[in-house]
Amino acid sequence: MSLADKTAHELRDLLLAKEIKAAEILEAVLRRIRAVESKIHAYLTLNEEQARDEAKRIDELLAKGESLPPLAGIPIAVKDNLSTAGIRTTCASKILENYIPPYDATVVELLKKNRLILCGKTNLDEFGMGSSTENSGWFVTRNPWDPEAVPGGSSGGAAAAVSAGGTILALGSDTGGSIRLPAAYCGVVGLKPTYGRVSRYGLIAYASSLDQIGPLTKDVTDCALLLQIIAGYDRRDSTSVNYPVPDYESEMKKSVRGLRIGLVREYLAEGLSEPVRAAVANAVAVFKELGAEVVEISLPYTEYALAAYYIIASAEASSNLARYDGVRYGHRAGKEVSDAVELMLKTRREGFGAEVKRRIMVGTYVLSAGYYDAYYLKAQQVRTLIREDFKRAFQKCDLILTPTAPNTAFKIGAKTDDPLEMYLTDIYAVTANLAGIPALSIPGGFDRGMPIGIQLLGPAFQEAILLRAAYGFEQATDFHRKRPNLKLTLGISH
Amino acid sequence: MPLSDYDMIIGLEVHVELKTASKLFCSCATRFGAEPNSQVCPVCLGLPGALPVLNERALEYAVVAALALNCQIAKYSKFDRKQYFYPDLPKAYQISQYDLPLAKDGWILIPAASGESGESKKAGIIRVHLEEEAGKTVHSGTGILDSDCALEDYNRCGIPLLEIVGAPDLRSPKEAKNYLEKLKTLLLYTGVSDCKMEEGSLRCDANISLRPKGGKEFGTPVEIKNMNSFRAVEAALEYEAQRQAKLLDDGVKIAKQTRAWDENKGITAYMRSKEEAGDYRYFPEPDLPPLIIESERVEQLRRTLPELPDSRRKRYIDLWGLPGYDAELISNSRPLAEFFETAVNLYGEAKTVANWVINELLRLVNQEGMAIETIKLLPDQLVKMLKMIDAGTISGKIAKTVFEAMFKSGKDPESIVQEKDLVQINDFEELKTIVADALDANPESVADYLRGKERALDFLVGRVMKETKGRANPGMVNQLLREELERRR
Amino acid sequence: MNLTQANIEEIARLARLELSEAEEEEFTRQLNRILGFMERLNRVDTTGVEPTAHVVPLFNVFRPDQTEPSLDPEAVLANAPERDGNFFKVPKVLED
Repeated sequence: MSLADKTAHELRDLLLAKEIKAAEILEAVLRRIRAVESKIHAYLTLNEEQARDEAKRIDELLAKGESLPPLAGIPIAVKDNLSTAGIRTTCASKILENYIPPYDATVVELLKKNRLILCGKTNLDEFGMGSSTENSGWFVTRNPWDPEAVPGGSSGGAAAAVSAGGTILALGSDTGGSIRLPAAYCGVVGLKPTYGRVSRYGLIAYASSLDQIGPLTKDVTDCALLLQIIAGYDRRDSTSVNYPVPDYESEMKKSVRGLRIGLVREYLAEGLSEPVRAAVANAVAVFKELGAEVVEISLPYTEYALAAYYIIASAEASSNLARYDGVRYGHRAGKEVSDAVELMLKTRREGFGAEVKRRIMVGTYVLSAGYYDAYYLKAQQVRTLIREDFKRAFQKCDLILTPTAPNTAFKIGAKTDDPLEMYLTDIYAVTANLAGIPALSIPGGFDRGMPIGIQLLGPAFQEAILLRAAYGFEQATDFHRKRPNLKLTLGISH
Repeated sequence: MPLSDYDMIIGLEVHVELKTASKLFCSCATRFGAEPNSQVCPVCLGLPGALPVLNERALEYAVVAALALNCQIAKYSKFDRKQYFYPDLPKAYQISQYDLPLAKDGWILIPAASGESGESKKAGIIRVHLEEEAGKTVHSGTGILDSDCALEDYNRCGIPLLEIVGAPDLRSPKEAKNYLEKLKTLLLYTGVSDCKMEEGSLRCDANISLRPKGGKEFGTPVEIKNMNSFRAVEAALEYEAQRQAKLLDDGVKIAKQTRAWDENKGITAYMRSKEEAGDYRYFPEPDLPPLIIESERVEQLRRTLPELPDSRRKRYIDLWGLPGYDAELISNSRPLAEFFETAVNLYGEAKTVANWVINELLRLVNQEGMAIETIKLLPDQLVKMLKMIDAGTISGKIAKTVFEAMFKSGKDPESIVQEKDLVQINDFEELKTIVADALDANPESVADYLRGKERALDFLVGRVMKETKGRANPGMVNQLLREELERRR
Repeated sequence: MNLTQANIEEIARLARLELSEAEEEEFTRQLNRILGFMERLNRVDTTGVEPTAHVVPLFNVFRPDQTEPSLDPEAVLANAPERDGNFFKVPKVLED
């Protein structure tokens, strides 16, 4: 087995035992990237040179016997909507085609401080707007399990890279399922932390009140280790919460016995594919076997979540994306424009893709004079009702188990003509963002060779409970050990 | 109808920059006049991913200012995004406050322009809120019309700005000017802003409409922008009132619009209709949690307020017996009032101190173009000098020389008097000799006096004063002269 | 609410998006469908329900009034599509 297919904690142990070097891990990953990238298209920008320098430095330090942070020397990829000083950051949008930020996002600073090795920037739906990574302004990322299928989105590049061994770890962002959906579709672990748990400073905003950065990893232990690094208060993000960060790895190992797991009555009713339903039933059985208690709960307002989500997300997006006007950075329309207004109109026309324009239009409309109350205010009120749904539910249970998505990964192009159909993919995902609570997707089964994701939802700041349940589940199953057979799916040997 | 048959309804919207060290939402400096784009960071440049964090002092300054304007401070307040596209607005939204401003329902006392002089009226303040400044657009060419490009400097972007919306309570351009002057006085008193119109740290837009005298309905307000001095505000409103009166006389309906004051031509010119101005699509700023200002905190900040000019003026008149004019003039400036009060407390007699402060101190300050807070002269030096007059050590006339020397050098009056040899000559014998010499030297004047020409005495006093460089005790000189002249009759 | 193509033009102008004729037609159709889907919220009685603008229970988040070094002007202008000295340069600005 290539080092590229190992988990971060396995590699960490090998590094500490001096059985391997950081440079060897990096080279294995870079080899894998070279082998699969022409088929997968997970990366927008590679950071080979700097990564090699850093790996070399880490090996020197380890040789000197210096003690380094736990994940030092482990390669990581970050979604291209995280600001990286000196490294092109595009959000997969033509409007930021040559934008090189002068500063690092807080999470990127934390990765550097912990001596992880940034191997590149991964593809996404433009500005995070999409569920398939088909809306990238550059190219479509493909699912390593089936190159004809989407990897999910918007963190599709990150999930595909982790799944294919094109990185060991990845950071994505999740506004309405953008970590969890691709994690489910690519058979990896993806966590959206509680809103305020991880600093958003340097995360290029899509919808500020919903966005959160989180890990995409091969297993739950890696997820806990990476969360440990990125979680915590940041004085540069006014919405980051100064709340103690527990030791996730030790919390994770606590028993599942006695945990009350809620099943949502409304979610299992309709629109769910049979294989996904079966995977949920299997997961419930596994948890019962492990000594958890299963209770039925109700989230009556979640049928309105998707509508509320798209109003709020589009409104905030229309505002957050207004700054791309061709004045200070990024794309600017050609020289034939006569004045500043025309410059902005043309720059934005040329720079944004169709889905981004669509959401800017929806968002502008729902905030415009005369419509604010009917759409935006109403959506915010429904958001309150959804939060109250969860508050009630968490009196009855410690966490909630749902499917991550109604289906497995769909074929490329299958939903591009109908934006609403695409939106429905996120039906189980968006409530966590609206309520600000943590949500984790773990591999929970397969349908005709394609991974199925199981979602766990917990109360705010209770990531530890989710990791604990997920770790227990992982110990009892082997879905997470399955890797796509790249020889079969991509016709490549490695 | 003549303009006097109309009521003018005027309301002013004032923006003042708060003089914090750092910007409202980032740690960039706020220094005026820095090199272009040298006080800019990811936050105030609106770089993708950067986030705002509120400057606590800016909030405190805003509350203190609102308290000085007699406003109610909101217990719960929040920030909203005001959205519009303009090259000097890097995020294409301004972080401002919409439906829950920091403070509202205030008032200030201003001199009423009509009625008895000295009469005051309350002018209402509708709301006060905190927001961020935009950057600065420099149009190439000679003006906005013939420019072919514009240059953007974002140094100013993000400086804390207080928006003060006045009620339509002002009834003449003069009252509008009085309102601005009083507002500026109060803000300078609280120390939250420089209020320098020439540097743009205080700006004013006006709304004006007319209605037939005694009417109840408000007319359609016209907004006037681009006024760069208090004088310009008054002039623009005068012009605009005339313009509107003429239109109304001709039966033309006033259209809701924004007009720009053209200082050179002395007219207001059409800029845009209000309808075009925009749909700002306000919504709550998701990057900033709301504000809760407890009443204890408000009271704590209220205690940091200095005694304000209205209260001081009243005290000067009622307790210290100052004339209204003197009380007004001195109380209008906090450093002047503080200088004055310190001196009065040391000296005891307010009117004398007031005369020196108004006639000498203000004259010199204006002559030198200085700010009162930068003068070297201390109140106790003035008091020492007044006591030297009282003791007969120096004459009142010499005191003016001493005062000017103190003002320029900051030295004590004693050392100035000594250095310049200005001590009054009170010695009887010495003066007697000087007087006799003066009479000997001017026999014609002596003869004139003895023939009944009183004015000859003045001339002789002048000779003695000249001889003594003004140091002779004037009372004694007078007396000795008369005695000596009588003796020579 | 049924949006017309004229409404779409107005919204696009407000959002500073220039749209092609084809985009206007497509967006008119799609926005009507999307907004139609959103109107299901009208079935929810929200009388007296407070809106949620923030999910975190935070208020009064401040920083002290202290300056920190700004970016070097070269870094500020590094991404400028066009510059003139240390200014960002744009075509003429008509409105105020």
